[in-house]
Amino acid sequence: MSASTEQAPLTPPIAVKPPSPSPNRYKRLTAGTVSANGLLIVLGAAFLVPLLWLVFASFDKTATASLRLPNLSLIHYKHELTGTNLKPFWNSFYIAAVSTIVTTVVALFAGYALSRRHIPFKRTFMLVVLFMSGLPVTILLVPTYQLFVRFNWLDSKFYTSLFIAATSLPFAIWLIKNFIDQVPIELEEAAQIDGAGNFTTMTRVVVPLALPGIIATSMITFIGAWGAFVIPLVLDSNPADTPGSIAIYQFLTANGQVNFGDLAAYSILFAIPVIAIYLLVSRKLSGAFTFAGGIKT
Amino acid sequence: MDVSTSAVALPPRRRQDKVRFQVSSVGWLLPAIALLAVLFIVPVVYAIFLAFTNLQLLGPHAQSFQFTGTANLSRMFGDSVFWHSLFLTAIFVVASGIVAQTVFGFALALLMQRALPPLRLGIGAIVILAWVLPEISAAFIWYAAGQAGGAISLLTRSPNTNYLSTSAMLIVCIANAWRNTAFSMLVFSAGLRNVPEEVNEAAQLEGAGYWRRLFSVTIPIMRPTIFTNLLLITLATLSDFTLIFAMTQGGPGNDTAILPVYSYIEAFQFNELGYGTAIALALIVLGGLFSLLYVRHLRPELNK
Repeated sequence: MSASTEQAPLTPPIAVKPPSPSPNRYKRLTAGTVSANGLLIVLGAAFLVPLLWLVFASFDKTATASLRLPNLSLIHYKHELTGTNLKPFWNSFYIAAVSTIVTTVVALFAGYALSRRHIPFKRTFMLVVLFMSGLPVTILLVPTYQLFVRFNWLDSKFYTSLFIAATSLPFAIWLIKNFIDQVPIELEEAAQIDGAGNFTTMTRVVVPLALPGIIATSMITFIGAWGAFVIPLVLDSNPADTPGSIAIYQFLTANGQVNFGDLAAYSILFAIPVIAIYLLVSRKLSGAFTFAGGIKT
Repeated sequence: MDVSTSAVALPPRRRQDKVRFQVSSVGWLLPAIALLAVLFIVPVVYAIFLAFTNLQLLGPHAQSFQFTGTANLSRMFGDSVFWHSLFLTAIFVVASGIVAQTVFGFALALLMQRALPPLRLGIGAIVILAWVLPEISAAFIWYAAGQAGGAISLLTRSPNTNYLSTSAMLIVCIANAWRNTAFSMLVFSAGLRNVPEEVNEAAQLEGAGYWRRLFSVTIPIMRPTIFTNLLLITLATLSDFTLIFAMTQGGPGNDTAILPVYSYIEAFQFNELGYGTAIALALIVLGGLFSLLYVRHLRPELNK
């Protein structure tokens, strides 16, 4: 092993041994690893500083746009957690919950059929779904606005959520179909031989086995709908329905001075559910990433 | 389907192992098809029609709009703001999307391979946190960073400069790269794990140094991953709206109005719904062209 490293004297030798699967194994200290770690620290700092500003500002009684150690105080959190400031969080939750439930249930049925049944033009259907998941939502805004005017659905939290569900459905169908594909079909065949109908097979066999994937899909949908911005901006201008994302936007563009501390605290509170969900699903998300890089197969 | 799993002897003529179309499948697909048809496909088709009309949000053409043929197109070709917007979109996609995210994402993925475990975990978490944060929170962070006295002005030692009014495009490009590099980092990390160790070892035995192995072994092997990732970055960057709109509303002037933002401004602020849709359609065409380009590059791998 060591002989081969010495054959390349002009370059920093790196360990030829395949990296150990154990994350606790420290690499040998060489010029290469030292500079790699140094560079990583510099890059990491560039990513850290903006986040650090947000956290410091939220605890800083007299927060400004500058990065500095906070004049510790919880006043901004107190402001945001009282009064009417929490209403937008509830609206965001409503929009995210409704669209997540609709998307997940509908995608589950479609994903099951697409995974297990013989469907004519299935490949074409999946390609159309893939195309739709990559389409910018901008193209849908005007026609959907017209549609909402026609059916009198404007300024309705429910129909806005339904539209968000439709926009997140294509990606959800892709994910759920791929997750169901990974469930062995033999168990379903066994259930059917025992006399289980289609629906029973689905609820008793497929859903429990594909549950981690289904949960991951619904949480990805939830994260997307929680932060939805332009759709509620166009379709629901009722002030009582304002979601958190638009509330932050309104604070940011309101006339007069931006209150950095309050807004920092509000942004952090708004981010907490999403971060919590991400931590819960991050392991399952690796499945979504094999999908992202999986076109090569 | 695998016939051998079935214990029943099959009649030789009629193949029972072939999955047939069942009418009930329609029922399973119906909710998805209905929802997508009403709130996705109909709007897309309607958008293609509206892009060639003079529909307005308010005013004379709000109710009685009509098909105007290529009027929107010729207006677009003569609209200097549109060309400026197209130019800004190209900068945004190429600089902030393709170049910055690929380079930083790849660099992070490579460095992580050689990093001390605590650094890898800690910095990985920070980069991913920037990505998980709601887009509006990221917009607020970079709005503040671009203000006079914000982080960027401190870095350049000119605390009185409001970078959002002097070089807004630069700030939104940095903000977008900061937010989305994590995605490329994750994709490339997964890709690097799939590069067979033996190939690198063989190259090393032949005397290839680190950089030579990176450019002649690792990157060629990762070509499909890189191109797939480029396609995903391009489509995501092309359609970005929230980050820029929340930070600058397309301003100052129209200096950060990339196509989605300009489309929104024309449609819902200048009430020109028809023209705004035409701009959105131009955006789709642009995305389609980019996708074709990447798919052509991916073709050799796909046909293997």
